[in-house]
Amino acid sequence: MTLAEMQFAVPELRIASAEILLLAMACLILIVDLFVRDRNRTVTYLLTQLTLAGAALATFAVGTGQVSYTFSNMFVSDPMGDLLKLLVYISVIAVLFYSRAYVLDRPEMARGEFYVLGLFATLGMMVMISASHFLTVYIGIELLSLSLYAMVAMERSSAASTEAAMKYFVLGALASGLLLYGMSMLYGATGTLEIPALADRLFSGEVNDRIIVSFGLVFLIAGIAFKLGVVPFHMWIPDVYHGAPTAVTLFIASAPKLAACAVVIRVLVNGLIFVSSDWQMMLIILSVLSMAVGNFAAIAQTNIKRMLAYSAISHMGFMLLGMATGVIMGDPRFIVNAYSSSMFYVVTYVLASLGAFGTILLLARAGFESDEISDFAGLNKRNSWYAAIMMMMMFSMAGIPFFVGFFAKLSVLQAAVAGGHLWLAIVAVFFSLIGAYYYLRVVKVMYFDPPTSAAPIETTLDVKLLLSLNGLAVALIGIFPNALMMLCARSLSDSIVF
Amino acid sequence: MEFRTLVFYFLAAILVFASLRVVTLRNPVHAALHLVLAFFSACGVWILLQAEFLAIALILVYVGAVMVLFLFVVMLLDIDLDRLREGFWSYLPMASIVSLLVVAEMVLVLISRYWGAQESDVPQADTAYSNVRAVGRLLFTEYVYPFELASVVLLVGIVAATALTLRGKRKSKSIDPSRQVFVKARDRLRLVRMPAEKRD
Repeated sequence: MTLAEMQFAVPELRIASAEILLLAMACLILIVDLFVRDRNRTVTYLLTQLTLAGAALATFAVGTGQVSYTFSNMFVSDPMGDLLKLLVYISVIAVLFYSRAYVLDRPEMARGEFYVLGLFATLGMMVMISASHFLTVYIGIELLSLSLYAMVAMERSSAASTEAAMKYFVLGALASGLLLYGMSMLYGATGTLEIPALADRLFSGEVNDRIIVSFGLVFLIAGIAFKLGVVPFHMWIPDVYHGAPTAVTLFIASAPKLAACAVVIRVLVNGLIFVSSDWQMMLIILSVLSMAVGNFAAIAQTNIKRMLAYSAISHMGFMLLGMATGVIMGDPRFIVNAYSSSMFYVVTYVLASLGAFGTILLLARAGFESDEISDFAGLNKRNSWYAAIMMMMMFSMAGIPFFVGFFAKLSVLQAAVAGGHLWLAIVAVFFSLIGAYYYLRVVKVMYFDPPTSAAPIETTLDVKLLLSLNGLAVALIGIFPNALMMLCARSLSDSIVF
Repeated sequence: MEFRTLVFYFLAAILVFASLRVVTLRNPVHAALHLVLAFFSACGVWILLQAEFLAIALILVYVGAVMVLFLFVVMLLDIDLDRLREGFWSYLPMASIVSLLVVAEMVLVLISRYWGAQESDVPQADTAYSNVRAVGRLLFTEYVYPFELASVVLLVGIVAATALTLRGKRKSKSIDPSRQVFVKARDRLRLVRMPAEKRD
């Protein structure tokens, strides 16, 4: 083929309009912020929120409910991606609302870069969610991680936050290396980096070497496991959650989990489903180890951010349980059931995580982090509504009926049982019971211990409303989980193509 | 053996040697110089594959810019070399066990397979074929999406570096003449009326 014969179709930009809007606005806000004299950066903050709302509108307006590709098949737009992107916008908007007061109290963070980096991180998540090519998966992950490293390190005077950023950066770079190594092996074996084409080649058997595929798979899963933070690749999670400023911890603990879930579905389900027997076993090991280490280690924590970090490890393990039980003996009938329950699980986890960290942020003041469990002592006496919200979050994470976390756990468990992994379901229930202990301890401290501080809890009206809404969502979706569950299942079944 | 193959093995041997020296040398400056050597050898391999643009880009970007900057940083840091490598050899038994195991596993898996070095099928291009044009065309058409995103990653790098290192304007002691001219007596001098005190 000579150069003159090379045909090139101009990419359909409309599908990617949300990404384009977000990128353009992020660059614009970067410039506008230079001229903002206000110490509180109100203009930057409002523009960021508007941009996210605009991106949500764009995603909503462009979504057709069909699978469509653009940018030489590197970008895919499908119902699953649209749903996850909308949830990402919502959680980033909530993160910015919750962290507003916290950021204003800390002059090192109250700068325009906090919002701009947040927008770039959101762009990275969107790229990850709509990636249908290994290159875009990787670049999306890097865009997200690079922004997060900087956000973790933003509180420069804090040694803990610098240390956390350093650990996060070094281990993140290592994970990226593993991921790339795995991708290059898969490229060597199949000759393509496009995820749908990869599935085709694996299906038709046009593979140079099956062993290289397995090797590549090991590296790929190790890389993804690093990014998800599951055992034995979890070492960075507690230190980063603990060391990072709570506003950034809230950011890390919410939206990126949705994007990571999307990457797992894109890479493993869309691309590598025909070697699922190879990766399901790996996921089961990762999942059981994560539930064990996460739940046991969380019991010993006195710092609530660290406790929630270990709880995040165990929740990601639980999520992988659903991912690991989709295909049984080459029978793909359970795929939608298993993967949509995993997706539902992540969504509910993000909802509870937002509320829990939101409450920590609510209690934090200038010079006071409020990140010890003892800081929550007697919260019920100080403000019973916030205590009730925190209790609902803890109950949801512990999987106590009838909060939303219960149905999420239930749907993953029934997927595991339907997949014939009864013992896995029993192990998961066992570890969840252990996990309930440390969630209930927080509730006990809030309701039965005497308060250590009588300071009134003041906050702005928007945070009050949003936190109440968050609490009500956990309770109401818990009572009527079907709508969200159906939404996950339908978007997934419309998006997975075989 | 063809001459090409001979050149390849020569370059590859240097590449492996230089890469090993990068991780084993005690002196970071020497290690950086060996990395430069490794880049040069890798660039030779690329030229053998007729990818001259990538080879030149590697030299210009990595050797010319990145490595030289790296050398400056290493020299400026003034690292205490001996303390850095203290106890380096005490890791040797553990590290060698782990690496031997990994190698053994890989060999065990691969040895069962037919193992032959295949001739690389390098496209024998005509003389009119331009590598630069092909790379450029692909970069701005087919790969425009990751290309643009890579630029966003670089932008984030700039923003992050600025946000993390910029400590505001330095407080210099230079004099601002315009402010000097406009200064008034009452800006500098404050008269305080105090009640007279009786002396004992």
